[in-house]
Amino acid sequence: MTAETTHPTTETVDDDRRNFIHIATGAVALGGAGMFAWAAVDQWSPAADTKAASSLDVDVSKVPMGGEIRVLIGGKPFFIRHRTEAEISAAETVNLAALPDPETDADRLRAKADGTFNKTILVTSGACTHLGCVPVGPSQGNTGDFGGWYCPCHGSHYDTSGRIRKGPAPSNLPVPDYRWVSDSVVNISL
Amino acid sequence: MKTFRILAVSLAGLAFAGLAHAAGGAKHPHAPEGGWPFEGVTGQYDKASVQRGYQVYKQVCASCHSMKLLSYRNLGEEGGPFYDPAYPNPNDNPFVKALAAENEIVSPVPNDVGEFDLRPATPADRFRSPFPNDAAARAANGGALPPDLSVITKARVGGASYIYSLLTGYPDFALYEDRITEENGETVYTTVIDMAKFEKLGEYMPHHGPAYLIQPTGQYYNPYMAGDTKPNYLGDPRHAPPGGFLAMGPQLTDGRVEYTDGTEATIDQMAIDVSQFLTWAGDPKLQARKEVGLATMVYLGILTILLWFSYKRIWRKVEH
Amino acid sequence: MSGHESTYTPNSAFERWLDKRLPIIRFANDTAISFPTPKNLNYWYVFGGILAVCLAIQIITGVILAMHYEASVDGAFASVERIMRDVPFGWLLRYIHANGASMFFLAVYIHMFRGLYYGSYKAPREVLWILGCIIYLLMMATAFLGYMLPWGQMSYHGANVITGLFGAIPLVGESLQTWILGGPSIGNQTLQRFFSLHYLLPFMIAAVVILHIWALHVPGNNNPTGVEVQDVEKDTVPFHPYYTVKDGFAIAVFLIMFAVFVFYAPTVLGHADNYVEANPLVTPSHIVPEWYMLPFYAILRAITFDLGPIDAKLLGVIFMFAAIAILFVVPWLDTSKVKSMRYRPVARQFFLGFVVVCVLLGWCGAANPDDPVIPALQGEASLVVSYTDAAGAAASSTYRGGDEAFTAAEAFIATLPVTANASLEAVPAPAFAFRHLSLILTFMYFGYFVLLFFLGLSEKTKPLPESIHKSVLKAHKPKTGTAVPAE
Repeated sequence: MTAETTHPTTETVDDDRRNFIHIATGAVALGGAGMFAWAAVDQWSPAADTKAASSLDVDVSKVPMGGEIRVLIGGKPFFIRHRTEAEISAAETVNLAALPDPETDADRLRAKADGTFNKTILVTSGACTHLGCVPVGPSQGNTGDFGGWYCPCHGSHYDTSGRIRKGPAPSNLPVPDYRWVSDSVVNISL
Repeated sequence: MKTFRILAVSLAGLAFAGLAHAAGGAKHPHAPEGGWPFEGVTGQYDKASVQRGYQVYKQVCASCHSMKLLSYRNLGEEGGPFYDPAYPNPNDNPFVKALAAENEIVSPVPNDVGEFDLRPATPADRFRSPFPNDAAARAANGGALPPDLSVITKARVGGASYIYSLLTGYPDFALYEDRITEENGETVYTTVIDMAKFEKLGEYMPHHGPAYLIQPTGQYYNPYMAGDTKPNYLGDPRHAPPGGFLAMGPQLTDGRVEYTDGTEATIDQMAIDVSQFLTWAGDPKLQARKEVGLATMVYLGILTILLWFSYKRIWRKVEH
Repeated sequence: MSGHESTYTPNSAFERWLDKRLPIIRFANDTAISFPTPKNLNYWYVFGGILAVCLAIQIITGVILAMHYEASVDGAFASVERIMRDVPFGWLLRYIHANGASMFFLAVYIHMFRGLYYGSYKAPREVLWILGCIIYLLMMATAFLGYMLPWGQMSYHGANVITGLFGAIPLVGESLQTWILGGPSIGNQTLQRFFSLHYLLPFMIAAVVILHIWALHVPGNNNPTGVEVQDVEKDTVPFHPYYTVKDGFAIAVFLIMFAVFVFYAPTVLGHADNYVEANPLVTPSHIVPEWYMLPFYAILRAITFDLGPIDAKLLGVIFMFAAIAILFVVPWLDTSKVKSMRYRPVARQFFLGFVVVCVLLGWCGAANPDDPVIPALQGEASLVVSYTDAAGAAASSTYRGGDEAFTAAEAFIATLPVTANASLEAVPAPAFAFRHLSLILTFMYFGYFVLLFFLGLSEKTKPLPESIHKSVLKAHKPKTGTAVPAE
């Protein structure tokens, strides 16, 4: 094609563009593209096998007194702490009004099937509520100023109930969804 | 131009037909009477049949065949045989949990002292494999590896019909004859089958006199198995029976499984059920696929019609 | 990018501002909106648009699948099945991708045959055609690499056969093959490099597609008459909305066929053996490539004779690659000045024959080369008794006929001593087998291109229309003249 060519008139087109049928067609085509886009987006959601791997039975009888074990469920860390009498009483006798995120120790435990509590076992999330670092605890020999956990990233101190006492973390270590399967086994699920 | 088009279309058809070119000398698999419920545009699995099929797999097949790609949770997922809408998460479904717990598996994670415990399976666990590895499976099966059944209906031409035909295609026990011959001073026991009495062969059945097929030791004749029977056929090699030999003998006998739903466990019924179960196992998303498919076809139909009118309107003033 | 004068006038202050700095709206307008397109394009011309959609679908679904796929010999098969079972909509995306490859090739073959029929490869569009051939070559490479990824039996052994072709190259073949595989055989390293390239090549295809469109927009579209545009006003319409809506309609129809495969027959175009995990020790009884490679596979297998110092294996490889390479030089092989076969009655018949040859080659590629083409025409097999005669030499005796031949053969064996070690086998009657048909078709395939050369020199063509515009009017003259049905 050479430079002398010009373009055909578009007047006949213009009134067509406003025609209902074209708008409807365009809308339906866009809708279909949207539906396909949904499949392309939703495939990032957790897959069925990932979801299935999101609960774990833990035998808490193996946790040493005064110590803890750390488990990963679906890649997320959890602490299971076997508390001493002193740690329990420290957790229970704290002045709630002075806490940044007031919660009693009893609020942070789950009843067994018979309705009783096992105060010696504390189950909490293992991710600092500040920016998600994993705090150090009895296994690393550093339990912070309040005998619980200490997050070395930005200096958050947690007490023996996993509550935030000092530092930038805004809230207590969350208690996961768990239940007592038997006297010595807890099932933790995400 | 018209001839060009007709030619192009018919040739395209021919090309696709050419793909279906038969591969071996085995008998063509056939569906049970009445066909399969999951065929066709809207066909779905018969849930009760898939449930019974799981029972057949569990009680008959699972002693040799693994299904490594399946987990017990799959049984309770949408489209699965034990799906219960009350439990959208199959891991919570007590029935699925109970089915899983019937199987003792080796825990995939070591215990505190580094050993792998045996424990009842949970819905998240894979189906229990009968053998720890392929070598063990071969050793226990006379050198033959029982194939994994996870996608077996996709891995065999004919799919469910192939499994059904194979399971029901063995000659009756009455047709087997034992022969004792002397060869170089040693007594040789062989099993032969008189093909002239094997009515299931249909058109392939020899129409005269006895026609014996020697069954190799540890092997079983099946007309639907891919293979070659010529070397073992004592009759006219030009009319050797279709099929071949496999290491799996006939497994289904009437009443081998006692169905929990009270259905009579005939060979045919069990073959139908287990074939349907295996089809579900290989294609668990069939229900979703056909549902999304129907919606897509309706959508594309509407879009095409709208585009046609749009096209006609835009081009109405142009000679072309 | 386009050869026509720009018709874009920026309407807003922002558009004027942008147009001086990055005239991207002008560029989009000139290439995809106002581009003058011959008004007489028929439905054979919609496949360019369909192919663009195919490429987009393959890239989108492919990028997504790569997020879930695991390129390792231990994990590949299971990860593909995990996509099918556990990933949300994974089954849909994978079936679209797997069937999309077939749809892509179906469209590209029609697109290529259309180009051959209407002479779209001729001056001034030779570069456009060659770029198209490069795209086709890249598509085949991509499809071959991608077929390996599910790590099924056909993936493994198909790749084994095709990479083995490089081993046929004299002197360097074996080292080349080892280099390609990264070892003595296909292994984890091969799978990983194939995966990487399978991800890379589609983007190279996209790049060549851009060049292809550029090369299209310099001379403009060819059209069914093969007569170049003379008067833009009379002969052309702007691409948008005329061809966007027409292509859009064709794409929707194409998607319906695509969806039928994805939702109702997702595995018919594949091979059952590919649902068996790769096992280097067991080769499937019948190795075939995907349908779109079958014609070339047939050519490869058709050559079973040596030619001088070139052995049959290498010769087959040469012929197979030549079958693709010859497409690159078609613009110079075809000597006719007339583009469209509409006006070349003789060449047209040969073209139709060529299409048939290609399809039949595909049929041969799918078949076992030793099988008879028409089984009904094959005579009854004869029975041969092989034995050792009294002198200790090998001897045989042949029996023909029905059941009585078998009786006679049996009777003869009974007369032989045990030491004769007699055996009975059936020897099929000679038949016209697929290998013979393949060979004939291979020569017909190449013959077509030779014929194009000589036919162009001597052929008598029909008179060409004066212009596109006149051809359109003429075509509709016998009709009432008001209603304008689509071609």
